[in-house]
Amino acid sequence: MMKAQTIEEKQYLVRFNADTKSHLHVLDPNICLTKCPDKICTIFCPASVYKWEEVRMHVGYEGCHECGSCRIGCPYENIQWEYPRGGYGIVFRLG
Amino acid sequence: MPEKFDCIVVGAGPAGTACAYELAKAGVNVLLLERGEYPGAKNVMGGVLYRKMMEDIIPEFYKEAPLERPIVEQRFMMMDKESAVTFSYKGLEWGREPYNNFTVLRAKFDQWFAEKAVEQGALLVCETVAVECIVENGRVVGVRTDRPDGDIYADVVVLADGVNSLLAKQLGFHREWRPDEVALATMEILKLDKNIIEDRFNLEPNQGCTIEIFGDATKGIVGTGFLYTNKDTLSIGVGTLLSGLIKHKMKPYELLEYVKNHPMIRPYIQGSEPVEYLAHLIPEGGYHSIPKVAGNGVLVVGDAAQLVNAIHREGSNMAMTSGRLAAETIIMAKAQNDFSESMLDQYRMKLMESFIGQDLKKYKDATHHFERFPQYFEQYIPMMNRAASQMFTVDGTSKWEKQQKIWRDLGSTKQKFKLARDMMKAWKVMK
Repeated sequence: MMKAQTIEEKQYLVRFNADTKSHLHVLDPNICLTKCPDKICTIFCPASVYKWEEVRMHVGYEGCHECGSCRIGCPYENIQWEYPRGGYGIVFRLG
Repeated sequence: MPEKFDCIVVGAGPAGTACAYELAKAGVNVLLLERGEYPGAKNVMGGVLYRKMMEDIIPEFYKEAPLERPIVEQRFMMMDKESAVTFSYKGLEWGREPYNNFTVLRAKFDQWFAEKAVEQGALLVCETVAVECIVENGRVVGVRTDRPDGDIYADVVVLADGVNSLLAKQLGFHREWRPDEVALATMEILKLDKNIIEDRFNLEPNQGCTIEIFGDATKGIVGTGFLYTNKDTLSIGVGTLLSGLIKHKMKPYELLEYVKNHPMIRPYIQGSEPVEYLAHLIPEGGYHSIPKVAGNGVLVVGDAAQLVNAIHREGSNMAMTSGRLAAETIIMAKAQNDFSESMLDQYRMKLMESFIGQDLKKYKDATHHFERFPQYFEQYIPMMNRAASQMFTVDGTSKWEKQQKIWRDLGSTKQKFKLARDMMKAWKVMK
């Protein structure tokens, strides 16, 4: 049996120094609701930052790996993506 | 009175640090900005660092740098559901000086490398984001940072800000990347006793092995899995084009889990303990995606310039060489006090003449070809496995009959022609 199978378990392995405000913003929440049946960001985000909660997108920026996939992969270019402030965000210890 | 440097390098990865090192060594007053807590804190790599390009900057670096293992064997697995055809080269010449390549853990390596640049005289400032380039009269004159009163000026700014390169995008050097120009890689570092690593991978102490995994590692999507040996950890990961994940509606961490639990892979990593999970984009647009790399008062290096050879998993070497070539150009520009685009464009020419431009040109159509025609990964790798199984299974059938069976397995005459055509096309994009 392999360890750390779920994304939640994997995320426990990572050190984050989360800022108090998000560096990720859904520009128009209405687009997610009305135009985007797949909510594809909830699938390809490697940290499962994006979670659809009935009528709105929850953005768990605290666990973001800052890869940039959501900015590039959102079919409606509906995600404003910035780097977290200097020193904040993910802190890789090894790889 | 605002701060002014000869040069500001944004990003202390292999490209930026190489550039800052060379500049500082030549007496140029250089500021190296890093947004992470330390260099490497934001950086991810499967783990292969090439000796030659690093040694072009620091001779015999391997005597003191924090390296994991010199690689003596490179394996390539063409993997199906329950089988794999494996090619490998193992050569002991790679295990001694001058070495070919090493596995590294980037958080350790990048810190060490940046310290070397500081020893040469570069000023390293961490925990600082360059949020935009300051442009005056059509030329870049500095960067705005997220620190209070954070405007810093320089004769030339080097953008080594990685695959996302928001700064090069701000300058209009490239549009936003398309999902088929970037690969999303996820990986885990797995702790495992060094003796067990050496037993499982058939290694002596201080020897390493890399395995690239094609086919079922990505469930047929264009991409690769990898498994690399470090000292007392393994790096296992999988990378596919972001467009592939979108098309197949696949969660990257579930794909990673699939690779870890694959019957061809699991025995290698059995009993190991995951200690870190990492995700990162790799620029894989290749030659056609190289943005504008030189402008008035500005140069672009490394991942920010899409300098990755995805076919040969080379990237950090191209980063370092591009950083070094940028530094050479800046030293020349400084001597003539000319930081115009026409002067700095010599960097682009050096880049294109080097192995970087040549290799990216060689494979300019490869990634796109394999993305457009998924049959290579989806059909031909399983076919190769069935053929090997057929030929090597001794069951009383004559070898002629076996060859006929393999031939029949290739499909109808029409399918065989298609296969032949596909092989020709693959040769064309790879040659």
